[in-house]
Amino acid sequence: MYTQAMDTAPKDDAPVVRSLHDAELQARFDARIDDGQFIEAKDWMPENYRRTLVRQISQHAHSEIVGMLPEGNWISRAPTLKRKAILLAKVQDEGGHGLYLYAAAETLGQSRDQLLDALHSGKAKYSSIFNYPTLSWADIGTIGWLVDGAAIMNQVPICRCSYAPYARAMIRICREESFHQRQGYDALLVMMQSGTAAQKAMVQDAVNRWWWPCLMMFGPPDDQSPNSAQGMRWGIKRVSNDTLRQKFVDATVAQAKLLGVTLPDPELKWNEERQAHDFGAIDWAEFWQVVNGDGPCNQERLAKRVKAWDDGAWVRDAALAHARKQATRAQAA
Amino acid sequence: MTDTDSNAVQNEWPLWEVFVRSRAGLDHKHCGSLHASDAKMAIQMGRDVYTRRQEGCSIWVVRADQIVASDPADKDAYFDPMEDKVYRHPTFYKLPAEVDHM
Repeated sequence: MYTQAMDTAPKDDAPVVRSLHDAELQARFDARIDDGQFIEAKDWMPENYRRTLVRQISQHAHSEIVGMLPEGNWISRAPTLKRKAILLAKVQDEGGHGLYLYAAAETLGQSRDQLLDALHSGKAKYSSIFNYPTLSWADIGTIGWLVDGAAIMNQVPICRCSYAPYARAMIRICREESFHQRQGYDALLVMMQSGTAAQKAMVQDAVNRWWWPCLMMFGPPDDQSPNSAQGMRWGIKRVSNDTLRQKFVDATVAQAKLLGVTLPDPELKWNEERQAHDFGAIDWAEFWQVVNGDGPCNQERLAKRVKAWDDGAWVRDAALAHARKQATRAQAA
Repeated sequence: MTDTDSNAVQNEWPLWEVFVRSRAGLDHKHCGSLHASDAKMAIQMGRDVYTRRQEGCSIWVVRADQIVASDPADKDAYFDPMEDKVYRHPTFYKLPAEVDHM
């Protein structure tokens, strides 16, 4: 998902507990987790719990911010003023979501600049999905419907994450995210119901291109996800990758039918025995290629982020210089 | 911390905690934080970030480094003594049915 790089990182082994005091704190922490209690920023926590959270929350934040780029691409080309206003509001929301999440990550002792530096230097990852291009207007509707739909499926369980600042940010995000999915479906519905043959074909083409990358958003299969068990133990991850992926497929089939598009998988069919849909094999080689930096837009996305940050440096510096000058004057007066 | 790190922190806009009053008559409630160079900008950004859907009618911002908080390690010593003072609650007193709505 937006934090799928967590699943692709090597296994993070727990360090040896150093002292009796640490062991006591660790035991108390484990008991609180088992009891379903929340951990707050200033509470004691194991170092690898902290490290895992910083990685996961910052990856999530980076995904929101980088996710503004594929959609921002269409703001100036939206077909109507109404669609333009909706898209602007959505992209603004993504910026806000990134901000809530950066703030949550900062409570764990990292500065905003350190987090951004990790993104800009390529050390930190963001979701593979944002390394695919948005070629037509139908891509914008499809992103809302499928990409945000998949994101919601993954994010709702994180509202119960054991780390309270993250859980609070997720509650706020989920409340806003539902508009994103609905506006996307609505945009596609208009094209499918009152569009020309070419516009309908555009929607089908967008769905064909986005379907498989969306399934990859949930991350590698459970048996290839080395950090999942620890994430579950800590109450950071609540539902497994494969379970969420299945849930997404099952929810989407009926929506596709109503919309009048075909999901590009000849093996997709209802399995009466499992009471779920069977679906075809995912191309994990493509997934790893995109995660490791060789997707269609990896370089372009990162270059845009770095340029925006560098170009804004003088504004940040000037605002700070102004504030310091005002403060000094106020003190002198 | 390396020189670059401390340099980065010095050039970061300070952190502000944001409190929003959702409706007239209600308390301001903490809703999150943001970075801003000064108070005026913090209010402006608080509006943009936390009230995009009419979630508020008033905003307070406070520099995060100005907040003094109780120590989580003192939690038990601070708050547990109230646990056995049940007589501070109205439900502790069983009154005759005739006056129990008191």
